[in-house]
Amino acid sequence: MKEMKLFLGPQHPGMHGNASVHLFVDGDIIKRSYLLPGMLHRGFEKQMERKLWVNNIALIPRVCVPEPDINEMSFACAAEKLLKLEIPERAHWIRMIILELARISAHLMAYGGLGGPTGNYTLMYHAHVDRNLILDIFEKITGARVYHQYIVIGGVRMDLPQGIDKDIRDFLDGLESRIGEYRDLGIDSASIIKRIKDTIMLPESVVWELGVTGIGMRSATDKPYDLRKVMPYARYDQVEFDVPTSNYSDARARLDIKIKEVVQSIRIIRQCLDKMPEGEVRVKPGRGQSMRWTVPKGYVYAPVESSRGEFGYYMVSNGGTSPWRVGVRGASYPQGLLGVEKYLPGTRIDDAALWIDTMGICSPEIDR
Amino acid sequence: MENRDHKYPKSSIFKPLRVLKYLFKKPVSHPMNRIFTQKNADYLNQNNLLLKNHLKDSSPRTAPDNLRGFHVNDWEKCIGCATCEDICPTQAIEMVPRHDLPLEAGKLQQRPVIDYGRCCFCALCVDTCTTGSLQMTKEYVFGDSNPESFKLMPIETWQNEDVALGYQKTEVTDLLDLKRVDMEHIQPSERIKSYIEVVRGYSKEFAKQEAARCVECGVCTSSCPVQMHIPDYIKAIWEDDIEGGLKIVYETNPLPGVCGRVCTHNCETACAIAVRGEAIAIRWLKRYIIDSAPDEMYEKIFNEPVSEVIDARVAIAGSGPSSLSTAYYLRSLGYHVDVFEKNERPGGVMSYGAPEYRLPDEAVEKDIRFIQKIGVNIHTSTEVGKDITLDKLHQDYDAVFLGTGFFTARKLNIPGSDHKDVMGAMDFLPLTRDFARGNLKLDDLNVKPSVVVVGGGDVAFDVARNVTRIQIQKYGKADVKLTALESLDILPGSDDEYIEGNEEGISCFLGYGPQEVVIENGIIKGLKVHKCLRVFDENGRFNPVFDHDQETILEGEQVFFSVGQAPDYTYISDPFKDQVTYERGKIKANESGQIKGLDWLFVGGDIFRGPDIITAVSDGHRAAVAIDDYLYNKAKKKELNDYVNEIREAVKFNNPDLSLRPERKRTLK
Repeated sequence: MKEMKLFLGPQHPGMHGNASVHLFVDGDIIKRSYLLPGMLHRGFEKQMERKLWVNNIALIPRVCVPEPDINEMSFACAAEKLLKLEIPERAHWIRMIILELARISAHLMAYGGLGGPTGNYTLMYHAHVDRNLILDIFEKITGARVYHQYIVIGGVRMDLPQGIDKDIRDFLDGLESRIGEYRDLGIDSASIIKRIKDTIMLPESVVWELGVTGIGMRSATDKPYDLRKVMPYARYDQVEFDVPTSNYSDARARLDIKIKEVVQSIRIIRQCLDKMPEGEVRVKPGRGQSMRWTVPKGYVYAPVESSRGEFGYYMVSNGGTSPWRVGVRGASYPQGLLGVEKYLPGTRIDDAALWIDTMGICSPEIDR
Repeated sequence: MENRDHKYPKSSIFKPLRVLKYLFKKPVSHPMNRIFTQKNADYLNQNNLLLKNHLKDSSPRTAPDNLRGFHVNDWEKCIGCATCEDICPTQAIEMVPRHDLPLEAGKLQQRPVIDYGRCCFCALCVDTCTTGSLQMTKEYVFGDSNPESFKLMPIETWQNEDVALGYQKTEVTDLLDLKRVDMEHIQPSERIKSYIEVVRGYSKEFAKQEAARCVECGVCTSSCPVQMHIPDYIKAIWEDDIEGGLKIVYETNPLPGVCGRVCTHNCETACAIAVRGEAIAIRWLKRYIIDSAPDEMYEKIFNEPVSEVIDARVAIAGSGPSSLSTAYYLRSLGYHVDVFEKNERPGGVMSYGAPEYRLPDEAVEKDIRFIQKIGVNIHTSTEVGKDITLDKLHQDYDAVFLGTGFFTARKLNIPGSDHKDVMGAMDFLPLTRDFARGNLKLDDLNVKPSVVVVGGGDVAFDVARNVTRIQIQKYGKADVKLTALESLDILPGSDDEYIEGNEEGISCFLGYGPQEVVIENGIIKGLKVHKCLRVFDENGRFNPVFDHDQETILEGEQVFFSVGQAPDYTYISDPFKDQVTYERGKIKANESGQIKGLDWLFVGGDIFRGPDIITAVSDGHRAAVAIDDYLYNKAKKKELNDYVNEIREAVKFNNPDLSLRPERKRTLK
């Protein structure tokens, strides 16, 4: 039979963001496929060279829309390493709260995204309601719902508002009580299990071949490789949490780890709220007005653990007011670009959307 | 490989019943009617853009306190500095000229317009606003079918309504550096022992730090009498480009070393950073460029050919700031310039007025040396009116500039002021300069152990601080009292002088008016003063009122009056005397200093505009341009006349008078 070309996305209920997957199918089976990610924001690395250290924070969150804070964190950490800047203790803890809330929000979005390809929209709505509550918290803390521009070079932009502690705890309690519901609606639902169990496999060999990190790697190799553990940044070395793993990576295992990570994130945030000291939250990177802040010559790589894996900025500074060169290690690059071309073929059309969803793909960080 | 924990979950027949509880749960998301404001709802209703039942009653949710919503801008506070435009990462902000706004010092006639099609609501503009006028509201919904309406000029209200403010700038989020980099001063106890310069000047590191505070708004430039390109040279310092900075400085000011020390710095008063913090130390940064530029760098800049040489000569009387500025620019234009100075040293007030500890000779000499280097001839010890008359100058030169300054001391006409120990500031200050140079001995100076200085301006402080230094050297201790009519809030002297004077032990009695110099047995015992109730009347005119019941005697054996200086016009001799008119002691002339009726005569400096060095330099700018215009037009006129005569000659030669033409006879042979 002749091959037929189909487009999955950019407008498709199962597609994440404005990416498109071009599928060449023979019957129900995908024969060839490739990703076309450049339909959303792109070209960040070059644009960052033209922006100042200070106003790059308005651009970088867009490298990953569902989880923007990792960009700010990676950028700030990189610059702080070059500046040899010690940021205030409280800022570290606030950063962790923000990052973990963002992780929960991204996991909920991905987990709820399961509703699109499987037709279980209830799950998606529920996940988005909880995500919305996180955005409310973000709005109170940072002044914006999606692009927070909150983690800046030298700490965080401003202190937490009054009474946010209670808001966060209330939300965490509520979310924790709903974890069971999420399981029931998603990975424990008999109809969905049929779609996700023992399918969309990610063998260990592929992990090593492509360089997949994050949940993909942890679910396939049983190795607890999490940057928060192996290369702790902020104050992750001072909080207790587990890194869930598995030795069999089908779609269900990966979604299962997502839910388990949400539980761990809740644990981390509670510890942060308990342990967080009072004090300053921001130091300025130097004298002078912000448009004349410079970062010393040098190069640095600052990785953080995103919801999709290792995410980092490689930055070169020539001592000027803007980065000289920035390279973004997008966590979804290996599986998103290479994986789609090499390992999506062979699966069925209806698995493609699930494949994209459970592998963790974010198009702007691929075409950055 | 087996999936170790992925077994089918246990299930129950009643499990589906659990969904019933969701029937009673409250929805968590925000319904439509809570998102739109009433205004939006009305608009959408009118245009049938949404189902009406969605918008029945609009009860918008309250946004959190630091929401980054639409901007408001307080125009009373906004100075149009354009810092918001500079920092905007999306280039959404554009400064739009508003010439209808009043032209005030420290404010620019422009205001920001924000394109909400580009704005990303990052609030960096709010964080960097120099005045704090730009703020954000909690408003975040705006709908309109016209794309043009998304370009808004923020005013105090949002959509003509007072709205709650959202994101606010705090000390933590402020992106400006409001604190000045400390300048190193010699300790008061140390500096009063000698004439060592009080201000040490910035080191390279500190100068760069201070330069980094500048936001390049240019408010300073418009307030400077000579419109120095201040943001440009500050940027050059920040980029460590001294040569570039030096070039920029010399474009507008030939006396930067002097102005870097004793300028009245209107720029710093206007500085945008000064609205909420400490102004950029513009004066000291200028000084840093001059102090750190080696002579070779000057050579390099001054050896660049500037212009053609013009065969016209200009004489300049006096060698103060206005004269040297005129001379510099005329020479740069290519004229031959001769400067005549009555004293041994050129510089006028710079060499004989300002005190050594503020303006050392080396700084003055350095500036003058480079003015001479481009070919300005300075004839010292040649007094116009005595050694060479004005008439002679008029005959020998094509144009003459007068910048002779105010060098005569003024005294108050109160009882006892004719005593020999009562001195005027301008009689005393030149002596202190000569003393500092070693030309005068300590005994040559008539300074008593206790002194009262009358006056509240910078010159009064110069006298008081000079006296302190001389007393320390002469008697080992100082006793100087300073009294002025003005209280501290309206004191004409600069803050620096007041603070440093106090540090050096000068006791200030402000708000008192001198009534009598108390003399007993031919020796001054003190100065009788009365409390001054007000200095200016309702019309703002100088009209002091005293409370004669509150009388104090400030004890002292000597009184110095520093109540202003006066000019000496005796050199303007006969043929021109009647044609020069005066107004309040100053010569009347047009905007550029050209005297009506005497087109070749120009004036500048204290005798024309005053009152400070930088204004004198600006007089030099105007005079140089005016003299150039005058001489150019004169030459053109002469050239034109010559040309016309030449043509006439030529016409005459080729077409001689017909009557003289020999008669020609026509023959047929």
